[in-house]
Amino acid sequence: MAIASRRMAIHGSDPALAGRLNGRESPIVPQSSIAGRALIAVVAIMTFLAALTTGAVMLVLASASEWQSEVAREMTIQVRPAPGRDIEADVRKAADIARAAPGVAEVRPYSREESARLIEPWLGATLALDDLPVPRLIVVRVGGAQPPDLAALRAALGAVGATLDDHRGWIARMRAMAATAVAIGIGVLALVLAATILSVTFATRGAMAADLPIIEVLHVIGAEDRYIANEFQRHFLVLGLKGGVIGGGGALVLFALAALLGDPATASAGGVEIAALFGSLSIGPVGYALITAQIALNAAVTAATSRGVVNRTLASVT
Amino acid sequence: MSLVRFENVGLRYGLGPEVLRDLSFRIEPHSFQFLTGPSGAGKTSLLRLLFLSLRPTRGLITLFDQDVATLGRDALAALRRRTGIVFQDFRLLDHMTTFENVALPLRVVGRREASYRQEVTELLHWVGLGDRIWSQPPVLSGGEKQRAAIARAVIARPELLLADEPTGNVDPNLAQRLLRLFIELHKSGTAVVIATHDVGLMDQFDARRLVLHEGRMHIYE
Repeated sequence: MAIASRRMAIHGSDPALAGRLNGRESPIVPQSSIAGRALIAVVAIMTFLAALTTGAVMLVLASASEWQSEVAREMTIQVRPAPGRDIEADVRKAADIARAAPGVAEVRPYSREESARLIEPWLGATLALDDLPVPRLIVVRVGGAQPPDLAALRAALGAVGATLDDHRGWIARMRAMAATAVAIGIGVLALVLAATILSVTFATRGAMAADLPIIEVLHVIGAEDRYIANEFQRHFLVLGLKGGVIGGGGALVLFALAALLGDPATASAGGVEIAALFGSLSIGPVGYALITAQIALNAAVTAATSRGVVNRTLASVT
Repeated sequence: MSLVRFENVGLRYGLGPEVLRDLSFRIEPHSFQFLTGPSGAGKTSLLRLLFLSLRPTRGLITLFDQDVATLGRDALAALRRRTGIVFQDFRLLDHMTTFENVALPLRVVGRREASYRQEVTELLHWVGLGDRIWSQPPVLSGGEKQRAAIARAVIARPELLLADEPTGNVDPNLAQRLLRLFIELHKSGTAVVIATHDVGLMDQFDARRLVLHEGRMHIYE
């Protein structure tokens, strides 16, 4: 105790000495250095950006598929007015035919007033609907275990002068748009991941520049290559994990908050509008798993790069 | 058995001229020799061949009776552990204490601190660093760093000790003390090779001289 006190008096707050007095050996690779902290910052920032990109792509994927299925779940029956026919009766008949068809969950004919409101923005409120041959619409929601027989339904509706629009044209457009969004998202994600891996690789090499003399000393005193590589790999794995957890963890918290904001139970008015456009704002378990995988990937890249630098350095000194 | 045997060894860097030519000599166990010659004569290159940091362009080198050209990396590391090296620029690790620097050759072979604490402490006292055990290299003087480097080189009881200009950065008084340290190690059974161009130092101890001149070696027994 007296010796320890004397050592403390001589060396003050010397961290290596503090480690010694606690019975710990100094690590082979210095724990804290400016280069190490800069590496953690680079890994954190790049992981954060990659995680944001991943989350954004997951949201776009979910929204594209949501929009597509929303459109696909609905069909529209159009009943055109014809001279000598009672359009109200035709609408009722068409609605009954649709209700009777298998695979139809809900049929909702637009009333005369609703139809008028639909064209009100273009033609004004004062126009009498009877003066114009305005078709009437019936919204059909598809549901149930089996899909409706569209050909049979179309033929049955044709008998009462109604046509069926199954939104095929819109679905094709939605599908094309969704495919484009997915392709762009995956492309951006691939670029960001490549940039992340390159940045982390070069930052690790930069951080190791000051450590090269340590590799040489360990080599000449007879340490085996495997021992040296393991020491550095372990050290840089920890640095990579620290950076990854800071950056990726930040992104995970951000997405968790966004999901909470977009939740109808807790959302503000703005949140509801955003949710209307982007769906639930939740990246889902797959998104969270991908971000976690990116944290592990960046830490692994950091560790593997350090091992590569050690092996190259050792190859150059013999 | 010779510790070191060179047979017609030549060394060139890249496509340049040969810096070492037809070197043939032996270093015997328990021997003491100075390696000397003018600057640029190839002393450091020869030392790098001796501690297996370079491979010769031609010729045969055996270390502890093993042809180094035929050995794998792990086997070469094992030979390095039987050789102690003192660098002119010390090459101590600044983030470690003197104790940890000196103990490094034991630590890298997997020994636990408790098993070597006493011998490292005793060696540090023996080289006069008993009160600097817990200091880090940046606060040591040149002479203290040199003694720490020597202690690190001999802690694993090497059969061969190589020292590159060990008195290059110290005053004559300390140079004499360091030479006495090497002579003590030699007496305890270690073969010693001191590379130096300090004629005054060599004159203080009658030993074999390996003189390099223009890449060739002349031996004065």
